[in-house]
Amino acid sequence: MEASIEISLTVNGVALSRRVEPRTSLVDFLRYELELTGSHVGCEHGVCGACTVRVDGAIARACLMLAVQADGSVVETIEGLAATGEVFDLQQAFAEENALQCGFCTPGMLLTAQDLLSRAPEAGPEEIREALSGNYCRCTGYHAMVEAIRKTSRARVKGSA
Amino acid sequence: MKPVPFAYHRPASLEEALALLERYGSDGRILAGGQSLVPALNMRLAAPAALIDINRLAGLDGIGLAPEGLVIGALARHVDVEASPLVLRHARPIALAMPHVGHRAIRTRGTIGGSVALADPATELPACLLALDARIRVVGPGTRREIAAQRFFRGIYTTDLGSGEMVTAVVVPPGQETWTSRFVELARRHGDYALVGLAAHGRVENGIAKDMRLAFCGVGATPIRAARAEARLLGRALDPGVCAEAVGALDSDLDPPGDVHASPALRRHLARVLLARVLAGIG
Repeated sequence: MEASIEISLTVNGVALSRRVEPRTSLVDFLRYELELTGSHVGCEHGVCGACTVRVDGAIARACLMLAVQADGSVVETIEGLAATGEVFDLQQAFAEENALQCGFCTPGMLLTAQDLLSRAPEAGPEEIREALSGNYCRCTGYHAMVEAIRKTSRARVKGSA
Repeated sequence: MKPVPFAYHRPASLEEALALLERYGSDGRILAGGQSLVPALNMRLAAPAALIDINRLAGLDGIGLAPEGLVIGALARHVDVEASPLVLRHARPIALAMPHVGHRAIRTRGTIGGSVALADPATELPACLLALDARIRVVGPGTRREIAAQRFFRGIYTTDLGSGEMVTAVVVPPGQETWTSRFVELARRHGDYALVGLAAHGRVENGIAKDMRLAFCGVGATPIRAARAEARLLGRALDPGVCAEAVGALDSDLDPPGDVHASPALRRHLARVLLARVLAGIG
């Protein structure tokens, strides 16, 4: 057993410190240590996108970062984005468009979609599909998600006009 | 799965990082973006005794012009390379290839130095470096050297890096700003590994190919320059006949392996398709 290391970081707006084993991934840290179970563990090698979180403002695979690497960082998970209302309209649109079934991939999808819309508020279907290509869904398929994201995009653009 | 336990070091200087590399030898691995190393750890394909995390080293993530060319620091993240006007101007094949590298959430973490040091022959950036005739800058215990990309990539996951050495930058020689560049690849799904990819970079004046570098990925143990196809194009007008000759010459340049994704014959075919498309667009 390698010695644990103390890290300090901000998760969903809360500053905290913990001791972690170096081999603990960021997503396991979030789930087991902080009990933030909204970030899901699918493949553990960066392929499925279910563990997507925001680290210092940029989306990242939380299974491909070690918790020790997040020392000093600002981490945001689906719990944080939902609590602040940042993705409320996206969540609503996913529900209305039947863009989720089992819900396993949904947190990662929402993080990815929110990242896209923050960079490209008027993203078209091709851009949306490309952005979602790094996230797997095994139930409802992707079409309804593309529709939900387009719907959100239109509403936000209209709202800010 | 979860990784085997390892020690973790976060050196504060390059010297400290090199000392750690020397201390651990082949039991130590450098952790840069981690987008290939961490999956290998999670699957226990790699079980190093120690990780040397260089992410906090200052001065290794810059992208800037120097007398020797465009210098891209080893820790430059893919998203920053992708968005860099300097890369677009001075190393266009890299800018064109970047959208094909993984997905956004991978590119926010992945680094150019990591891609180079990993030397996965299916990936885009090593082929781009060949097309740009770039050099890899490395430091080691008391050494500092630059290696031409052509000699740097030695085999699957195998490079010219010696024990205790690490990549610090990629250097793209100047004078290629006006060249014509293309990057194309065929993958089963956007962001997946390419079955075949092609970085084409050439100086074309009045329809005549004055310089032409064709670097393929996914067709061998290293990225590969298609020397015979290039020779068919040099000094000639890129008319359909000449282009067809070059495409035909590919078969003697490439000897691709087969795997579950594609047979050798399919890879040869796809390489021909990609080259034909690129040349039709340039000529």
